[in-house]
Amino acid sequence: MKETDIKDDLASIRNLMERSSKFISLSGLSGVLAGVYALIGAAVTYKLLNYGSIDYNEDMFVVVDSSVIRTLIAIAAAVLIASVLTGVILSARKAKRKGQSIWNKTSRELLFYMATPLVAGGLLMIIFILRGYYGIVGPTSLIFYGLALVGASSFTFTAVRSLGICEIVLGLISALYPGYGLYFWAIGFGVLHIIYGSVMYLKYDR
Amino acid sequence: MKIPFDKLDKAFENRLRLQIMSVLVANQRYDFNSLKELLDVTDGNLASHLKGLEKEEYILVNKSFLGRKPNTNYEATDKGKKAFAAHLDALEQLIKSTKS
Repeated sequence: MKETDIKDDLASIRNLMERSSKFISLSGLSGVLAGVYALIGAAVTYKLLNYGSIDYNEDMFVVVDSSVIRTLIAIAAAVLIASVLTGVILSARKAKRKGQSIWNKTSRELLFYMATPLVAGGLLMIIFILRGYYGIVGPTSLIFYGLALVGASSFTFTAVRSLGICEIVLGLISALYPGYGLYFWAIGFGVLHIIYGSVMYLKYDR
Repeated sequence: MKIPFDKLDKAFENRLRLQIMSVLVANQRYDFNSLKELLDVTDGNLASHLKGLEKEEYILVNKSFLGRKPNTNYEATDKGKKAFAAHLDALEQLIKSTKS
């Protein structure tokens, strides 16, 4: 056994331990784009609700007619679908470039741990919407999304954990200020994603 | 200069065995197909080395069924983890001793 052999052994061990337990194909650029989609969605919503002209501080249970609610849900769904699609496509591209597969044991585990809080939170939000507690949706989505990120962070970059904690904190603050949900939502899903995505892109993607 | 080759674990002489062990130490458990994909090796090659590690009692094999498909999971035993750590220490020492 020569010294180079030993070094190769050690390098392959390090590489495998990392590759087998962490999903490192997650694209940073997709984070930036998801943030941009969220900001566009928030801007459209702002226009639609003519935010700012109504004093939301007074009542938490804003009664909006159901056609508006339907449009809002459609906007949110469009942002979500566009973000997920971008994430999957860009991550698949990154994985291909690195000669790895996107659908492996680690990514499955990552998805499971992300999906659990997201599904629970999503169902809870649907229940709240049906009961008319619209004001609760903003903070709840931020908090559950943050929990999903923290849960998934052991399977990918550790920066995801910090992003998750920021989302949770933001969600809790947002719950203290009902009526400003849209602003917090835009910061959480828009600005934070853009910051996180840029950092990851500069650090790992190039 | 005496190089401590004797401290290296014979069971890890093969590169693939060492790789299998590093995956199992980093993860609680790993299934056969995921291992095969990750390490990019043939069924037979992987199976024979897994058997070798099993014989040393370095790994545990759990066979189960996912629906109708058989699913074989592997996990590192405490003995295996200790042996792996000792092997890494020995490798490190080797590098140090060749440098000095």
